[in-house]
Amino acid sequence: MSWLNIFRSEKKSSAQMAKERLQVVVAHRRASRGDHPEYFPNLQRDLLKVLQKYIQVDDDAVQIGIERDGDLEVLELNITVPDK
Amino acid sequence: MAKIVVVTSGKGGVGKTTTASSFATGLAKRGHKTAVIDFDVGLRNLDLIMGCERRVVFDFVNVISGEANLKQALIRDKRVENLYILAASQTRDKDALDEEGVERVLNEMAKDFEYIVCDSPAGIEKGALMAMRFADEALVVTNPEVSSVRDSDRVLGMLGSKTKKAESGGSVKEHLVVTRYAPSRVGKGEMLSLQDVGEILAIPLLGVVPESEAVLNSSNSGMPVILEEHSNAGLAYEDLVARFLGEERPLRFVDAKRGLFGRLLGRH
Repeated sequence: MSWLNIFRSEKKSSAQMAKERLQVVVAHRRASRGDHPEYFPNLQRDLLKVLQKYIQVDDDAVQIGIERDGDLEVLELNITVPDK
Repeated sequence: MAKIVVVTSGKGGVGKTTTASSFATGLAKRGHKTAVIDFDVGLRNLDLIMGCERRVVFDFVNVISGEANLKQALIRDKRVENLYILAASQTRDKDALDEEGVERVLNEMAKDFEYIVCDSPAGIEKGALMAMRFADEALVVTNPEVSSVRDSDRVLGMLGSKTKKAESGGSVKEHLVVTRYAPSRVGKGEMLSLQDVGEILAIPLLGVVPESEAVLNSSNSGMPVILEEHSNAGLAYEDLVARFLGEERPLRFVDAKRGLFGRLLGRH
């Protein structure tokens, strides 16, 4: 059967691409919605303080978020360090 | 006590007014006393779609400000019994919709109607906010297209945080309505499928309305498409209303018609 696949496009369909792109933006919005734990702003502030003790980073260098995947919650930390 | 249902979407041009007019007409046709309100102050169009544009004397803003009473402003539909339209003001802006005023008018209407359908303007500003503010249920109208789906997700966020229901610890019951659906393009992988949209937005599907010439034709003549009883779109809205009222109806118009070639090959 594999010779038949020559005629099939290997490219993803545009609908498939649309779905994947949407899943990313929607997950992002849902993560940034107000259903964060209450300690989030404080955690963010304290992390920044610690970081700034050792390296020079901007005030918005620390981004945190929570990704939910079924029962699993992943705390996501994103720290931007300036290049030397 | 009336049930308040907002028809909303975020994005413009996806079929909110088409859906609100047919949904309200369908409820009334089934004997439920229903009013449909245009919240798009400054850009009113529901009156045109309902075919009563020449009968608008007073509007929603007039009632809010006390310049007219509800009885004067509600327009009784000439085709369907139990159906009333409250037009938006054409000359004012969205700030005319103050929250207390909207609540007072809705409360007054709630005594007399079974269903109040709020046709939301596009966007996420005051008009859209006021349309959803007091809702019990929401029809989220979505086209199978990236910008519409993203905007619908945004609107779902607002329904979950900015409504009276949400603020008092409850939740607005959300329904997905997919419009302008083209099964043949879905089959070719050119359009998001119902399953895709449902999976992304994660709310239950109430109805699917196929892309249909009948929608433009009926709006040309000022008739809600649900009254076009032989059109696919009209039948799809009939099904939607029936499901909303608790009936089981299988989905229609969601599979591509197979061409002769496809049928010969027995492909789906």
